[in-house]
Amino acid sequence: MPERKIRVMVAKPGLDGHDRGARILARCFRDAGFEVVYTGCHQTPEQIAAAAIQEDVDLIGLSCLSGAHRVLFPKVVELLREKDAADITVIGGGIIPEQDFSMLYDAGIKAIFTPGASLDSIVEWIKTNIKPD
Amino acid sequence: MYFSKEMQDASLKLTRKWEDEVQKTLKNNPDQKTRFSTVSDKEIKRLYTPEDIKDIKFAEDISVPGEFPYLRGNQVTGYRGRYWTFRMFSGMGSAQDTNQRWKMLLREGQTGLSTAFDFPTLMGYDSDSPKALGEVGKCGVAIDTLEDFLVLIEGIPLDQVTTSMTINPPATVLWAMYCAAADIKGVPLSQIGGTIQNDMLKEFIAQKTFMCPPGPSIKLISDTVEFGTKFVPNWNTISISGYHIREAGATAIQELAFTIRDGIEYVEDVIRRKKMNVDDFAPRLSFFFNSHIDFFEEICKLRAARRIWAKIMRDRFHAQNPRSMWLRFHTQTAGCSLAAQQPYNNVIRTTVEGLAAVLGGTQSLHTNSLDEVFCLPSEHAAEIALRTQQVLAEETGVANTIDPLAGSYFIEKLTNEIEEGAWDYINKIDAMGGMIAAIEKGFPQMEIAESAYKFQAQLEKGEKIMVGVNKYLSNQPYPIPLVEIDEKVGEEQIKRLQNVRRKRDNKAVKKSLDDIRNACKKGDNVMPHCIEAVKNLATLQEICDVYRDVYGEYKDPGLY
Repeated sequence: MPERKIRVMVAKPGLDGHDRGARILARCFRDAGFEVVYTGCHQTPEQIAAAAIQEDVDLIGLSCLSGAHRVLFPKVVELLREKDAADITVIGGGIIPEQDFSMLYDAGIKAIFTPGASLDSIVEWIKTNIKPD
Repeated sequence: MYFSKEMQDASLKLTRKWEDEVQKTLKNNPDQKTRFSTVSDKEIKRLYTPEDIKDIKFAEDISVPGEFPYLRGNQVTGYRGRYWTFRMFSGMGSAQDTNQRWKMLLREGQTGLSTAFDFPTLMGYDSDSPKALGEVGKCGVAIDTLEDFLVLIEGIPLDQVTTSMTINPPATVLWAMYCAAADIKGVPLSQIGGTIQNDMLKEFIAQKTFMCPPGPSIKLISDTVEFGTKFVPNWNTISISGYHIREAGATAIQELAFTIRDGIEYVEDVIRRKKMNVDDFAPRLSFFFNSHIDFFEEICKLRAARRIWAKIMRDRFHAQNPRSMWLRFHTQTAGCSLAAQQPYNNVIRTTVEGLAAVLGGTQSLHTNSLDEVFCLPSEHAAEIALRTQQVLAEETGVANTIDPLAGSYFIEKLTNEIEEGAWDYINKIDAMGGMIAAIEKGFPQMEIAESAYKFQAQLEKGEKIMVGVNKYLSNQPYPIPLVEIDEKVGEEQIKRLQNVRRKRDNKAVKKSLDDIRNACKKGDNVMPHCIEAVKNLATLQEICDVYRDVYGEYKDPGLY
C-alpha cells in the first residue's frame, strides 16, 4: 500500500493580512506533494484548532507578521491539547524575533521559520519530521 | 522623434555596427546570464536607440509639466516651489506614544503626518474584543473612541499640518473622529486637510483588511466622497493604492493596472450612486504607489501612471477640469524589498527607491526604516529614514529640474511598454464586467499569487539576487535595537476604553447608532451620523458592528 500523503494546514491566526508568505508556502507544499488546506486570513486560534481536527491534518503551519505570535501560537497548541489532538505538529513562521523562540518552543511549537528560510528547507523539515500513519 | 530621414539612416547604421561588435565580443566574453529582466521579470534590452522612440510625438505623448497628458508632472514649477511632502507613516502603542513620535518627526523637519493604526483598529474591533487578543498597539496606534483621538492630535495644528490616515473598512469612523476633533478645537472643516486611505478594492485584492462585502464597502466610500465634496473640500477622500498590491507580490504593471482600474470603479460608483459630476470630486482623488528596487522600472511606472489616468479622465469620463486629470500620489519605498539579514543594507535600498520615487515625480514620500522588517521603527531608525529624504531633496540636486530622464530612449520606451501592459489588464477587467466582478472571480488575487510565487522561485534558484539573502551571505551578527510594544499597552488601553463606556451617555450613544443603522438601510450618507456618534463617544467597534450587522461580513476566500 502506498504511503498516505502528508496533510498540511497553512493558517493565519490573528488580524494581520500579510498573506504573501502563507500563500507561497501553500503552493509550495502542494507542489511538494502534500495535501494542503489554507484557512485564509483572520482566523481565531479556536477556528484553526477546530478546522485542523476536522480536516485531520498532520501539521499546522502558522504564519503571523503582526507581533501577536506570542499570544496566538501557544493558544493554538493549548487548544489542540485540550481537544486530544496533541499529535498534530505545530510549526510557525513570520516576523518572529529570536528572543521569542524559546518561549514558543516551550509552548510546544516544534519549529520556527523566519525571513530567509528557503522553501526547500521547510519542505525538508516536514518530510523528516512528519510520518503519516 | 527622428527629425529627418538622414538622422534615422545614420542611427540605424551605427546600431547595426554595434550589434556586429556585440556578437563578436560575446564569443569570448559571454554575458553573466542569458536573460536580463526587471524585478517584475520584464525583459530589458542591452541597448535602446532612437528606433525605440521613433513613434513618440513630443506634444501628444511627452509634452511639458502641467499639460496633458501630465507625463512630466502636474506642477508647472516642479519641486522648485516646494519639495514633495516628507510624510513618515507612524503609529505605535497608545495615542500618547504616537503623539510623541509625531512631534519628534515634525521637530526634525517632517512636513506631513501619516497614521499607522493597530490591527484591531484597522479591522473595526475595540481593544477589549476577543479578536484583538495580543494585537493591541502592536503594529500601530490603538484608537477606540474620540477620547483616544484627541490625545493623538494633541498639540498638532489641524489647520496647518495635513494628516494621512491609513484606514479602510472603518474609514468613515476615523474620519468622523478627525472632523469631530477639528470641531472641538474650533477649526472649520473647510480648513482641515489630509487623506483617508479608504480604498477597499485593494483590500480584497491584496491587503486583506476587510469587514463588509465589496458592494456596501463601495457605498461607504462614495458617502465619504460626497461628504468631502460638500463639507471638507481639502480632504483626499480616497487614496487609491497600489502599494499593498505590489507588496503582495504583483509586478509593476499589475500594480499600476489594478490600481488604476480600482480608481475607475470608484469614479463610476460616485457618478452612478451620488449623481455627481466627475469634475466635482475627481480633483480630490489621490493615489498611493510603491517604489520598488528596480530603479528605472519604478520611474517609468510612475510616469506612465500619470499619463494613463489623464487619458481615462479625459476620454472615459469626459472630465473638463484639468485637475480631474491630475494623478496626485504618495509613494512608499518597498517594504518587501528589505531584508532581515544584514539590516543596515536596507538604508541603501530605501535610498535608491526614494530616489526613483522623486525622479518619477511623487508629491509625497515615506521612506522605510531599516528595522521595519522586524518591528515598528525605532526613533533612531525613523530619523535616518527621514534624513534620507532630506539628503535627496537638499543635497543631490535631483530636484533642480523637472522629469530629468524624459527623452531617454530607454525611459520613454519602458514607460510606453508599462503603459501598454497596464491597458491590457484594464481592458481585460472591463471585459469581465469591472473590478468587483474580477475580484469575485479571484482574477487579480491569482495574478498576484502567480507573480509572487514566480519571484520566490527565481530567488531560490538564484536567478534573482537579494544581497545578504541568497548571495554575499554573512555569519556576522548585525545587532540592531528593536522596538517592543509592552503587553501593558493593551491592558491600559482596555482600562481607558472601559472608563469611557462607564461615563458616557449610553442613551445618546444608542440613538446615534440607530441613526447610522437607518442611514445604512435607507442608503443615506452615514457621515453626519458617524460624526454625531463619535462625539457621543460611541466606540469604533460599536459603529462597525452596525455595518457588519446591516451589510454582512466578508470572509477571506483563501485563494493561493
